[in-house]
Amino acid sequence: MTARTSFPSAYDLPAPKGAEAWRDLYPYYLLFAENRRGEEDGKFWFCDSQHWPNPFKPFDAVTVEFAVKCLGQYNTRHYLVPPANGVDFRIHNGYVYMSPVAVAPDDIGPRVPQFLDRAGHYFANWDRLLENWLVKVKANIAEMEALRFDDLPEVVPVDWVKEGVGLDSTVPLAEAYDRAIQLLYRTWNYHFEFLNLGYAAYLDFFGFMKSQFPTISDQSIAKMVQGVDSDLFRPDDELKKLAKLAVSSGVAGNLSAGSVEEVLAAMQGSDAGRAWVAAWEAAKDPWFNFTSGNGFYSDDKYWIEHPDIPMGYIRDYAARVARGEEIDRPTAEIAAERDRITAEYRDLLDPEAQAAFDAKLGLARTVFPYVENHNFYIEHWSMSVFWRKMRELSAVFHRAGFWENPDDMFYLDRNEVRDAIFDLGMGWGVGAPASGPSYWPAEIARRKAILAALQSAPPQPALNTPPEVITEPFTIMLWGITTDAVKKWLSGAGDATRLEGMAASPGVVEGRARVIRSASDLGLIEEGEILVTPVTAPSWAPVFGKIKATVTDIGGMMSHAAIVCREYGLPAVTGTGSASSTIRTGQMLRVDGTTGEVTILSAA
Amino acid sequence: MIARDPTIDPRFILPFETAAEADHPRMGGKCASLARMIALGVPVPRGFAVATDAYAAHLAANGLDAAIRAELAHLDTHNATDEEARSQAIRRLVTERAMPAEVEAAIRAAYAGMSPAGDLPVAVRSSATAEDMPDASFAGQQDTYLWVVGADEVVDRVRACWASLFTARAMSYRADHHLGQIEVLMAVAVQEMVDARSAGVAMTLDPINGDRTKIVIDASWGLGESVVSGEITPDNFVVEKVLMQIQKRRIAEKTHEVVADPAARRTVDRVIEAERRTQPCLSDDEVIAVAQLARRLEKAIGGPQDIEWAIDRSGRLVALQCRPETVWSQRKAAPQSFALGIEGVLGTLMAPVRDRT
Repeated sequence: MTARTSFPSAYDLPAPKGAEAWRDLYPYYLLFAENRRGEEDGKFWFCDSQHWPNPFKPFDAVTVEFAVKCLGQYNTRHYLVPPANGVDFRIHNGYVYMSPVAVAPDDIGPRVPQFLDRAGHYFANWDRLLENWLVKVKANIAEMEALRFDDLPEVVPVDWVKEGVGLDSTVPLAEAYDRAIQLLYRTWNYHFEFLNLGYAAYLDFFGFMKSQFPTISDQSIAKMVQGVDSDLFRPDDELKKLAKLAVSSGVAGNLSAGSVEEVLAAMQGSDAGRAWVAAWEAAKDPWFNFTSGNGFYSDDKYWIEHPDIPMGYIRDYAARVARGEEIDRPTAEIAAERDRITAEYRDLLDPEAQAAFDAKLGLARTVFPYVENHNFYIEHWSMSVFWRKMRELSAVFHRAGFWENPDDMFYLDRNEVRDAIFDLGMGWGVGAPASGPSYWPAEIARRKAILAALQSAPPQPALNTPPEVITEPFTIMLWGITTDAVKKWLSGAGDATRLEGMAASPGVVEGRARVIRSASDLGLIEEGEILVTPVTAPSWAPVFGKIKATVTDIGGMMSHAAIVCREYGLPAVTGTGSASSTIRTGQMLRVDGTTGEVTILSAA
Repeated sequence: MIARDPTIDPRFILPFETAAEADHPRMGGKCASLARMIALGVPVPRGFAVATDAYAAHLAANGLDAAIRAELAHLDTHNATDEEARSQAIRRLVTERAMPAEVEAAIRAAYAGMSPAGDLPVAVRSSATAEDMPDASFAGQQDTYLWVVGADEVVDRVRACWASLFTARAMSYRADHHLGQIEVLMAVAVQEMVDARSAGVAMTLDPINGDRTKIVIDASWGLGESVVSGEITPDNFVVEKVLMQIQKRRIAEKTHEVVADPAARRTVDRVIEAERRTQPCLSDDEVIAVAQLARRLEKAIGGPQDIEWAIDRSGRLVALQCRPETVWSQRKAAPQSFALGIEGVLGTLMAPVRDRT
């Protein structure tokens, strides 16, 4: 097989059969436009299936729009990162493709003093600014939580009339929607306030270590920086606490009472049970604002709305506690190991390099908690509230006859929702039927068919001709897109029984593969299997107690799968490109998280 | 343990286990390294050094010193024929003259202390004082005798080691490095022979790029001689030394091994049967054990080390040699300066741009 040198052009990639009209689903500025072909084909685009593994429903595209736009603005307009602007992005056939934007060589120098002033201020005042960040984000969440999406009443409340409010009931509905979108936009602004700088400081330490030890593994560097206690692990820790409490107070038997309601009812039968329910309720806010998805999709399931998910995990944990197993993460050991390896690598350095090591590691450790923790506050907590509010709004329309299913609003894009609110309000105000009920059901059915067709075709890993060497630091760190990875994509699968990826978490194990394509299949995983999946979310944490190793298609050293596996001491190979389509459930695998190799040992 | 026999004259015999730091200069580099490893608690085959004073006593007796000097006075190291002739003459002088009686008695007593029955196979290795200087890779310039059995043979081989100071190659080397010819003293190591199942070397850095986070192990079947001499392609393992993880295994086809032939009282170089050739000569646990041994020595001694080791047929791992790594350790590192804080971050972000231009 001759290796290709280029990926196809977006303009030559036809829509899957049945999805020909997919462009109707997304705004014009997210599409590869025919009249910009010359310009767009000159750029290299890679598919971000790490964050967006499935085609977007029209509304859900708001996540990529806000997130990637805000990522860019911090490089381009806030801190003026000298060589790097943002990341340009397009949707094609339902998937998102990214292209980092370099700064023109002549403009790099003049940005340096600005960068030193602006970014330097953040590094110098990191903890204080971060404290303030948490205040802002919590206020943002509280405001979102307070938004109300109620059915329009039959008539304007009489006291509104008598108080002379002079507004009707559609005004607060429309304003609440606009405010929700504004608050979401703020959420994604905040998300990147610290993230780019955090990665940059981490990269500085990373590059320094590579300069001193050319072959030091990425995971060794990560281990020195990574924290032991992250808010990201707190939801899972809460479940473990509840499991232990159930066992120690003798009410664990009630966990098998059936549904969540039945469990809680059974618990009411004793003081210990009532105390357990109080602990369960206390843990919910905020820690059940946690999704088994990644926060970027309207159908991500959050524990707070699906308490059967955490209850199931608690039941599993309680059974293990009852068997005498230790279910807590070995935090003391992890901390001791981190100290040990830090001291040993330091000891191998020349004395003048040791001083730099101390300074750079210190900065990396200052910034790194944000890199881990933000995920809880944004992707989990903020997005949990946002999606819940949007579902409340969708239900209002559903009750007004606009669509067939309560969550069908997500087949409209965010601006169409505004239109629909006006349509609803217009019918209500005029006293005539709104158009929506006769327009949207058919349109939504058409869109569903398009999305199903898009779903049937996997994305291209990349578009157009890659640069000879990929050097853009954020591309490498966040997406794991390296020169080698791109070469592998171009050369095709090669040996079908061996896959290579990033050695993301050390160790070697053999076991049965379980291929999981979406969070809703997580329940299929059996004890001792190896999880094979396009990408994991950190919230899959409870399944990490069951599995032996993880293999993903996408993701670098700092991907969520890598972080969680290192925390749990499981081998992980990330960024294999094609594991989830090459490997089948039931096959025996050997996963070497130290070398990044996955071997298929036997057929299913 | 070597019995503390009063006839073992401490002027001439220094057991590895009891030698003090102050004795090291009289033991030669190799023996001093063995004694140091034992002091650190590292498993090393037992044995003793025949001290430099024994060699000096041999030279001083019977006018040997003067006879050698007479040959050396006319040595022309640029004339290969002359050099070889003089080398042979000097070596004949060293091996044919009788050893001073008190030296010989001390060697015999020390050997008897290790082997009351007088049949323990030992290795007799030269341990020159200049040999292991970091700036003079003198290794392998002198002789080594394996599977030496019996006191008579030990005494002969000690003399043969002394004589090996005067091979043409060794004399040229000293001339080239401006070292005195007769001023170089030699000690000899007499050490219990390891019946090695597998053996090799371990370096506490990656010799390809000097990376100190790695331990690189070359290993093959049998005694380490085949690995050290480069006669075969050994198995090669790369271990991350802080995480103690094997990161690479390259299993070679190993065609020959040097093993004991106890009946013939010697070692033989034999062809390895087909099925064992491509098998790893170390299990993963053994690779880690060798790496841990190397790491322990590196930490205790300070700085990168080059270690010879063996695993005997009962699975016991021993160290046979430990010396400072010379190639990377002496490379004069360019003075490094590091940008810190925001300046460091800036440098990192700019680096890809610089690399492209």
